[in-house]
Amino acid sequence: MIFENYNPLEEKRFQVMDETGNIVNPDLMPNLDEKTIIRMLRTMLQAREIDLKLVMYQRQGRMLTYAPNIGQEAATIGSISVLEKEDWMVPAYRELGAMLWRGMPLDKMFTYWYGNERGSHMAEDLKILPVSVPIASQLLHAVGIAWASKLKGTTEITITYFGDGATSQGDFSEAMNWAAAYQTPVLFICQNNQFAISMPRSKQTRAHTLAQKSVAYGMPGIQVDGNDVFAMYAASMEAAERARTGGGPSLIEAYTYRMGAHTTSDDPKRYRSDEELDSWKGKDPIARLTKYCLNKKLVSEEEIETWRKEYIAEVDQVFKQVEQNSDMKPEEIFENMYSKMTPQLQEELDDYKNYLAWKERGQQ
Amino acid sequence: MPELNLLKAVNLALRQEMRRDERVVVYGEDVGYEGGVFRATEGLQQEFGEHRSMDTPLAESAIVGTAVGMAINGMIPVVEMQFGGFVYPAFNQIISHVARMRNRSRGRYTLPMVIRFPYGGGIRALEHHSESMEALFAHIPGIKVVIPSTPYDAKGLLSSAIRSPDPVIFMEPKRIYRAFKQEVPEDDYQIPIGKAKVEQEGTDITLIAWGAMMQETRKAAAVLSEKGLSPEVIDLRTISPYDSETLVKSVKKTGRVVIVHEEPRSFGTGSELVTMLTEKAFLYLEAPPARVTGFSTIIPLPRGEQHYLPSTERIVMKALETIQFLT
Repeated sequence: MIFENYNPLEEKRFQVMDETGNIVNPDLMPNLDEKTIIRMLRTMLQAREIDLKLVMYQRQGRMLTYAPNIGQEAATIGSISVLEKEDWMVPAYRELGAMLWRGMPLDKMFTYWYGNERGSHMAEDLKILPVSVPIASQLLHAVGIAWASKLKGTTEITITYFGDGATSQGDFSEAMNWAAAYQTPVLFICQNNQFAISMPRSKQTRAHTLAQKSVAYGMPGIQVDGNDVFAMYAASMEAAERARTGGGPSLIEAYTYRMGAHTTSDDPKRYRSDEELDSWKGKDPIARLTKYCLNKKLVSEEEIETWRKEYIAEVDQVFKQVEQNSDMKPEEIFENMYSKMTPQLQEELDDYKNYLAWKERGQQ
Repeated sequence: MPELNLLKAVNLALRQEMRRDERVVVYGEDVGYEGGVFRATEGLQQEFGEHRSMDTPLAESAIVGTAVGMAINGMIPVVEMQFGGFVYPAFNQIISHVARMRNRSRGRYTLPMVIRFPYGGGIRALEHHSESMEALFAHIPGIKVVIPSTPYDAKGLLSSAIRSPDPVIFMEPKRIYRAFKQEVPEDDYQIPIGKAKVEQEGTDITLIAWGAMMQETRKAAAVLSEKGLSPEVIDLRTISPYDSETLVKSVKKTGRVVIVHEEPRSFGTGSELVTMLTEKAFLYLEAPPARVTGFSTIIPLPRGEQHYLPSTERIVMKALETIQFLT
């Protein structure tokens, strides 16, 4: 019903809660219990503190390149929170909030960004794929997973994330077309954060919205205020229910803003103005939900401050452990190339170990 | 025991694996209803239904990319690229994901899947229908590359590929799809991936080839035998990981080697094999290792193919030169 009433070709954007935390669309306010709303707020706060800390560690030389999520917490948490445990998540690389919601341990996440593949070895019951760097390529994996779910006759659905730049890629088109043609249960969540590194959304495509791209594939699509966690939840829930009951895929364009850099290697001041950034600070998804929760007396400012301190302390403690436990043995580089190490790889590993032994002996 | 050509052997392997394991699904362009443009998947949709043998949108990257997802979610996808020349839109999926998922996730997500396609020249086809580019795939760490040269091997190797926990690129020499028949047992059998086959034992020279080039190499060996020489013929069968043990053992015995392949010479599979043999059998070599290959050019359209594709005579000439070196 929401999708029907917000036709992306008419450039409508779905919003439930405005920038001041007021519910402006009460008919479509999702039916969420207090506990879930508080969990949403807490996960958003936690994601924000993790981002701030990891960017700081990078500046201190303790962390490698990192892609922060600041400003996009509602887009990820509002959508991931409609999933069941059995469902799949296929990420790009800016979905920290969604990963936290699903129960991805901090040490795994930090280990990945700290430069060790061990961080992508998920627990068996955690149905999250590893971070995917080549833009839009992961969308096809989501379609394949969902297709298998459908063939097996399960009710699993798959959610996948990508950015505004990804909609220019061929794999986006192939994934959208295939998912619609085979009616695979996929939620395509486009985090339109307005920039593909330096390229503004306006130059990425002539299309007025990214959501309208769904129309040509025969798939429902909607543009949502991506900084409104309730709107994201409501739209995602409708898409999830449709997918789960055989109605096929949906495209949700989360209209949001990347308040930080693309990665720590990027300087956004080169391509966007302070005024623009400031205007989006007024739309901060966390500030918005915080105002709502305070108004409704679901939380107090003191509680929020206590949680923030807990999150910061947790990051400090876990990151120190990761720093101390992230060295890689040569074997680890070889062991998972195949189910069983090939003779060629064994030979290369032995060669390298010989060299290490020679070095150990004082190069004799 | 039925006599089958290579194409029918591929079809039989697919059919038997689909019967054995319901997780095996086969899909690609024109694969389902029509049974593939070469008919490799003929009859599969009729036997197993539209949920096991599917026609797909015309999108190679999606065929491979969805197979990654299918394999992660418990299926064993065996996908077809219609021709070797059309695999390149899927190259990003192959090199960035198919080859990396196991290592990237430290073994959490593995991809039991097969990408099969007809490759090679000699069928007087249009542009992009004749390439032989196995070295491109063999260079990618994390996948295996298999090429059969006989109907018997095609069935046994494809069966192994489908049961392999690792992703396999299975290249089918379309030039010899229907070239000859061979007894192919209906019984279940596998030929191990990574093992070469000494087809003919000899003492004067080692001839190494694979795929369609085995035909020319077998004929060349017959010519050499008629001349009173004793060639050893090896079918490599797996390009990656290749069987260095069998090759080294043979070259240590003969001291001379000619490698035959259809792919362009520069940076080809032959380059790797020559390097390895030089490293491991240097003191046994009686002559420089030699190659008979396609040129480092674009493979020509049909009017020029006879120049490009290694012929029996080219192999014989190079083998004689190598045998006569400093003797």
